[in-house]
Amino acid sequence: MSTEENKPEVDETIEVDLRDPGLAALLAWFWPGAGHLYQRRFAKGALFMVCVLSTYFFGLALSDGRAVYASWSKEDRRWQYICQFGVGAPALPALIQNRLVRGGREPLFGGSMAPPRFVNPNGRDELSDWHKKLNTRFELGTLYTVIAGLLNVLAIYDAYAGPFVPAPEEEKDKPPPDDEDK
Amino acid sequence: MYPTLFATLLNTQLWHLVPLVIAVSLVYGATRHELMGPILYHAYRAAVWIVGFMAIIFAILFAVSWNL
Repeated sequence: MSTEENKPEVDETIEVDLRDPGLAALLAWFWPGAGHLYQRRFAKGALFMVCVLSTYFFGLALSDGRAVYASWSKEDRRWQYICQFGVGAPALPALIQNRLVRGGREPLFGGSMAPPRFVNPNGRDELSDWHKKLNTRFELGTLYTVIAGLLNVLAIYDAYAGPFVPAPEEEKDKPPPDDEDK
Repeated sequence: MYPTLFATLLNTQLWHLVPLVIAVSLVYGATRHELMGPILYHAYRAAVWIVGFMAIIFAILFAVSWNL
C-alpha cells in the first residue's frame, strides 16, 4: 500500500471560527491551549496544553525548579528566559522571584524559579553549585523549558491565524497570468 | 536488537529525546491541520524526519571522529 493511500482525509476545506483572534492569542500565551478552548477548538486546545505544559513542567522538575529563572544582570544574562516566557503564566513566578531576590528578600517556594543570589563568573558561586549538584539535569531542564516556550509560540500563531496551510502544488506550479497571454 | 536499543536508551541521556520528539512533532502537526487524523499523520512524518535527520548528523560526526 502506498503512502498516499494511507494518508488521512485532508482538512484544508474546513473553515475555522477564530472568534476574536487577538484575545485568543493572548489567552494562548497566558495558558497554553486556552486560546483554542476559547475558540471551541477543544481537541487542539487539549493537545497544545498537554504537549507544552508536560514538556515545561518535566524540564522544571528535572532541574529541581532551577532551570527557569529571570536575570538580566551583567554577570548572568539569562537569555533562555525570553524563550521560556513564551509558556505564559507558568513562567511568570520567575519575575516575582527575581524582584524578591534583587530586593534582598528571601524567595518564595523554597527558592524554586529564583535567580542565583550571588554570581561570580571567575569562581565558585551559587550557579556553579547548581550545575555541580544537578549535573546534566540543569541543561536538560533548560532545554525542555526553552522548547516548551518556543512550541507555545507556534500555538499562539495557530490561535491567532488558524492552521498554516501551504499552497496547493497546482497553484504553485501555475505560471503567472502575464505568462499565459504570451 | 530492540532490547539492546532499549537498554542503550535507558543507560544514556538519549531517552530524553523521545518525549521531545513526540511533543515537537505533535505541536508541529497541529499547526498545519485542524482535524486529529491529519495532525497525527503529519506528526508521525515529522517525527520520522527529525529522527532521520539526527541519524544522518550522527553518522557524519561518527565518521569524522573515526580514529580520533
